[in-house]
Amino acid sequence: MTRLRNIAIALAAPLLAIVFSLAVTSLVIQISGGSASDFISILFSWPADRLLVNIANQTSLIYLSALAAAVGFRMNLFNIGVEGQYRMAAYAGALFAGAAFLPGALNVIGALLVAVAVGAAWAGIAGLLRVTRGVSEVISTIMLNAIAITITGYLINTYGIKAGDSRRTEAIPESSQVPGWQPFDKAAGEVWTLGLLAVIAGVSFWLVLNKTRFGFDLRATGQSESAAIASGVNSKKMTMVTLLISGGIAGLIWMPSLFGSAHYYGTTFQAGLGFTGIAVALLGRNRALPIAFAALLFAYLNEQSNRLTIEAGISVEVIQITQGIIVLAVVIAYELVRRYRLRAEEREVAQAPRPGATTEEVSA
Amino acid sequence: MGKITALAAVAVLALAGCGSDDDSDGGDDNNAGSGGNALDCSAADGDGPKVGIAYDVGGQGDKSFNDAAAVGVKKAVDDLGATCTEAEATDGEAESAREDRLRQLADGGHNPILAVGFLYSEAVNKVAPDYPDISFDVVDGFDPDDEANDNVAYLGFAEEQGSFLVGVAAATKSEAGNVGFVGGVNSDLIKKFEAGFTAGAKAVNPDIEIQVKYLQESDPKGFNDPAAGKATATGMYDQGADIVYHASGGSGAGVFQAAVEAGDGKWAIGVDSDQWQTASETEQAHILTSMLKRVDVAAFDAISAVDKGEPLVSYQVYDLKVDGVGYSTSGGFVDDITGDIDGYADQIKSGEITVPTAP
Repeated sequence: MTRLRNIAIALAAPLLAIVFSLAVTSLVIQISGGSASDFISILFSWPADRLLVNIANQTSLIYLSALAAAVGFRMNLFNIGVEGQYRMAAYAGALFAGAAFLPGALNVIGALLVAVAVGAAWAGIAGLLRVTRGVSEVISTIMLNAIAITITGYLINTYGIKAGDSRRTEAIPESSQVPGWQPFDKAAGEVWTLGLLAVIAGVSFWLVLNKTRFGFDLRATGQSESAAIASGVNSKKMTMVTLLISGGIAGLIWMPSLFGSAHYYGTTFQAGLGFTGIAVALLGRNRALPIAFAALLFAYLNEQSNRLTIEAGISVEVIQITQGIIVLAVVIAYELVRRYRLRAEEREVAQAPRPGATTEEVSA
Repeated sequence: MGKITALAAVAVLALAGCGSDDDSDGGDDNNAGSGGNALDCSAADGDGPKVGIAYDVGGQGDKSFNDAAAVGVKKAVDDLGATCTEAEATDGEAESAREDRLRQLADGGHNPILAVGFLYSEAVNKVAPDYPDISFDVVDGFDPDDEANDNVAYLGFAEEQGSFLVGVAAATKSEAGNVGFVGGVNSDLIKKFEAGFTAGAKAVNPDIEIQVKYLQESDPKGFNDPAAGKATATGMYDQGADIVYHASGGSGAGVFQAAVEAGDGKWAIGVDSDQWQTASETEQAHILTSMLKRVDVAAFDAISAVDKGEPLVSYQVYDLKVDGVGYSTSGGFVDDITGDIDGYADQIKSGEITVPTAP
């Protein structure tokens, strides 16, 4: 019974946060002269086929990004640098795949490994600074974000192929492009095969964190570093390895899109996923399955936003308001739930009959 | 719990942070007086072309080239009885979101569909073949593959020619023999501005010193960072420049401030629109001229072509010959040298002078 109630409470928190956020956004829209009923009805109408495909694709990218952030968060390591890590990795992966050193599928695997290695290395810089010099990873990863965008920009401007007034890397040869699954007609597009990377990463995340010694050490360090050290955990090594894993996952973020549709790094590169991931990880409380739902929610909101402007003249920015408020509200909701549970537990303990207690004491 | 709260703050800041990450194509700012008579699509009910506009990030009201396109559509609403529907990009959106936006406009029966900014190039290339009866126009766009689309027009501008003319103005007016160029992002597009400006200044004074600085290597934030614009321009004035030309979108506001603080005899040159019109009174005294990039002309052109039944296709270049670029005379600071500038303009039009597009 208590278990069931706990699950219900856990679900209630994010749902309340969403409802609250939609209410606030509706209010904002109504005040600024738009129609809140249009907003709600468009948001909740079933998406068109191609939007369903896009939602599936975007969910996989956002999920990978959120996982990358969550690994660190579970250990109280704030890797804010997922953005820079996946940008560097996306560029390196696209460069490697475009150069076509290897044939066909080998090229894909090679590029994925390069991307993971580059993402991990970029996060590793922050890890080294933290371990050897005690530099806060929050500061260093934010700085590394700025450096990443400058380096990739310089490289693409210097060595990229000219396309109009922009630049891009060499396109991936056709034999190494990964065709997707086409659930509807051609115009609706394909679900990227490499989106499965998100599923694999999610399952591995859960297994490693919950079923291995390493995962236990990681969670223990996150909950109390001093206690973990006292029990023999090498915290420096843990910090380094966790950041490398976080960066490695970050390296995969854009890969489904690269091999599924973009085929080169250029104007179609999707920036900003690293930041979305932080919010989604928080919303999903850094747990593998809840993050998946959070990623789906964010992808859904993003994809429905086009229709808001076209059909109802509501600015697309309101979706960012909605997402921001969901994140804030969910933190408050989780805290309320935590207190409620604590009180409920206290009450239960208080009511539980003490051995040898008289009936009067219990009823009091 | 404190850590989680801190994290939430970071997350919200991050979401807000990407909000300022302006993805605009660059160098485009306040276009010709779009303040008072903004485009209102809900009020347009003529029987002319049904125009779909896909804005870049910022949409209408960005005081940038989105507004410039809106001015062109407004003209079509007034003159051709056009109706319109607007759609707008968000920061860090997926490529598929851009495609979807175009498809929704196409499914809604709009023709032509104006895509504002070169970021739409790839999306248009994918979507256009599915709608052969609809004309697509991409401002600053390009065809990403070898297969030509016969229902897509790429509206390009000869920014280097307009920049050449303000370079002439700068070199003629400079007493120090030292001028500056501030670019928003070090991209090929903005290098066209630099190349034209440098060529124009050297045409007048081969010995002139030209300081060149870009605010960002590739981060689009370079178009939306007035503080960096100000710091960079101040550095140039300190190094002896007396005129600074900026092609840095919203960062230009900082360049104007730097000119004001540098004092009398220090000038700035605006870009894309007549920035004297939208500047404050103290700034107006320091804005020598502006390079004009007439996105509104191109947008109206594309719509009226569809109205006439002969939609534009392929690459369309808006240069000096068709008044697609030019310079402004507001403030009257270059009135005494318009003869010289127009002389160079004539030489460019006749082909006597070929302006380089890369520095």
